[in-house]
Amino acid sequence: MPRLNTDFIQMIKYVIKRLALSVLILLGVSLIIYALIRIQPGLDFVEKKYQAQLQQDSTGQVAELVKQIQATYGLDTNIFAGYLKWLSNILQGNFGDSFQLSVPTGEVTYIEIIGPDGNPILTPKYETTSNVVSIIFAKSGVSFIIALIATVLEFIIAIPLGIVSATKQYGVVDYTVTVLAMMGISLPSFFLGALLLKVFSVELGWFPYSGLTDPNSGLPVIIDQAWHLVLPILVLTMLSVGGLMRYTRTNMLEVMNSDYIRTARAKGLSEHSVIYKHAFRNTLIPLATLFAGILPSLFGGAMITEQVFSIDGIGKAAYTAVVNGDVPFVMAYCMFLSILTVIGTLLSDIMYAIVDPRVKLS
Amino acid sequence: MNENLKNVQAETVQSEESHGGEYILEVEHLKKYFPLKKSLTGKVQVYVHAVEDVSFKLKRGSVLGIVGESGCGKTTMGRTLLKLYDITDGKVYFNGEDITHYSKSQMRKLRPQLQVIFQDPYSSLSPRMTVGEIIGEAVLQHKIVPKNEIRDYVVKVMESCGLRPYYYNRYPHEFSGGQRQRICIARAVALNPQLIVCDEPVSALDVSVQAQIINLLKNLQEQHGLSYIFISHDLSVVKHISNEVGVMYLGSMVEKGPTDKIFDEPLHPYTKALLSAVPVPDPRSKMNRIILKGDIPSPANPPSGCKFHTRCDHCMEICKTVSPEFIERGEGHFVACHLYDEEQKDIEKEQG
Repeated sequence: MPRLNTDFIQMIKYVIKRLALSVLILLGVSLIIYALIRIQPGLDFVEKKYQAQLQQDSTGQVAELVKQIQATYGLDTNIFAGYLKWLSNILQGNFGDSFQLSVPTGEVTYIEIIGPDGNPILTPKYETTSNVVSIIFAKSGVSFIIALIATVLEFIIAIPLGIVSATKQYGVVDYTVTVLAMMGISLPSFFLGALLLKVFSVELGWFPYSGLTDPNSGLPVIIDQAWHLVLPILVLTMLSVGGLMRYTRTNMLEVMNSDYIRTARAKGLSEHSVIYKHAFRNTLIPLATLFAGILPSLFGGAMITEQVFSIDGIGKAAYTAVVNGDVPFVMAYCMFLSILTVIGTLLSDIMYAIVDPRVKLS
Repeated sequence: MNENLKNVQAETVQSEESHGGEYILEVEHLKKYFPLKKSLTGKVQVYVHAVEDVSFKLKRGSVLGIVGESGCGKTTMGRTLLKLYDITDGKVYFNGEDITHYSKSQMRKLRPQLQVIFQDPYSSLSPRMTVGEIIGEAVLQHKIVPKNEIRDYVVKVMESCGLRPYYYNRYPHEFSGGQRQRICIARAVALNPQLIVCDEPVSALDVSVQAQIINLLKNLQEQHGLSYIFISHDLSVVKHISNEVGVMYLGSMVEKGPTDKIFDEPLHPYTKALLSAVPVPDPRSKMNRIILKGDIPSPANPPSGCKFHTRCDHCMEICKTVSPEFIERGEGHFVACHLYDEEQKDIEKEQG
């Protein structure tokens, strides 16, 4: 079909145009983020790190080192010069090293250490890297798994509840679901997390307190990890279901009151086709906009929840980096989120064109 | 108790005998109230009397036009007799069958025979379905034609409604208002209905397109022997298409009769006022417009007696207290007005 073809070419053109525009957006975003980090007080992470050595530093070597590191990241100049320094590093593909975090690279070298009996012993040394890109990739895995499961649960629970509560508006089910949803929306994650920990870990002892694994549990690794992830996933799901459910309900109600639903009823269609074929299909249109936020929420980690449950994911890493003024890491993390958001928005616009035949991308 | 029951049964038997035949639709004392205000306990305190005691019969293959100003209950009446709204009181017979208490599934089976065309062709088509799907969906669900013939059938119906076959895979937003209304008509006609309620089918359209759609409806009616209830506030449109006209005011039917009778010899003062508002395309003709005083009263709190008495030039004492009956004054010409009570008495005297 020639018509479809031109539509497809239009869409490709549109995507290329949008991607080109995204580069500009990301530049602006990066400048704002950099400025925000640089103006926060207590930005002396490098000096703090070498504090002990600085005090014993008689030759001035350590002070020299500190100066070098600061110069590398442009921390010794003003915000704008520092930003340009950062930008030129980025353009050369160098995102820098985190001031505080490091992750194992997986490489192992063996070094000889003279043992107490005087014989050399081969000791493994696990190589680590502080490269921020490596850290982000290493740490976002566990966050992604948690977020993916929580998001799938969110959609599975929230959308049917939203539909039921819209079709039985002001009924018992509707009120119950609405009250629960409101509670979910209103509770902060640190409160809900702490509450669940208190009840299910401390009092009942059903779930572990923190971390991802427990070597003493005696369970297979997968089951052990799943067991550790129950509470964090529960928190994330409970917090997000309410919003999506209300959103589905509102949109569904709007569609149910439209004229074409009356037409569908007058056609003599079964209630099932009226709700799922006519009403729900049209509710999908506003739901498609949710895709804009889904990428960053899948890969970006959950700062507070990971902190509460001491899960070593990207959210917790970002939290410590922000608190400690770890400029290279925070910059890389924020850029990572921005890229995901920009792509997510583009995806949601494409989704919009797919689900709504009235929308043409151009 | 027992006696009451017997009476009810006797009545039902009687009414069953007298329904059907040449009439496709009979409406008796139809009422539709909407709750407006509820007390704290959930008991309804105030109702909007949207349709109050409307009765009429529609002959097979004929067109009944319903006219009246905005908010007089025309649309509500049309939707209520299709049971798109629950009936508050009264009875509706379709082909002699009492459908008043039909369950939802019984109604669903009956729907293909009782179709409707809504006013706004822009919002009454689902934006996510193609024209073919919209027209064919109910055809498939009600098994009007075998599954493998649906496409050909839909295309045939589309052509009969002035739609090109290649519109099949297009979406409603690609069409103009007139074409959309053709889609709505094709959708209704595809189900082989006997009766179509046309709820202001042309008032959302351009005047130039209105005529095309009216003529399409007229042709389809002649071809398929359809019956229409044609709701409109446009008197000239109603005059053109209807065999009979009913005039509604504030939820009640005040006059009903053959089209030429209503237009040439209107009886009810409201009908006269309504007809005097029709513009005459002659600048020299002096129009004797009857200007009604005041606004239309609230249907939540309708006036006592004759509902029109607050705005009527000929209002008498009796009008304020006694509600006039809907009585036949000429052949098939019904009117609800006390002005003709004297006349009636004279006739009765003569006959007596």
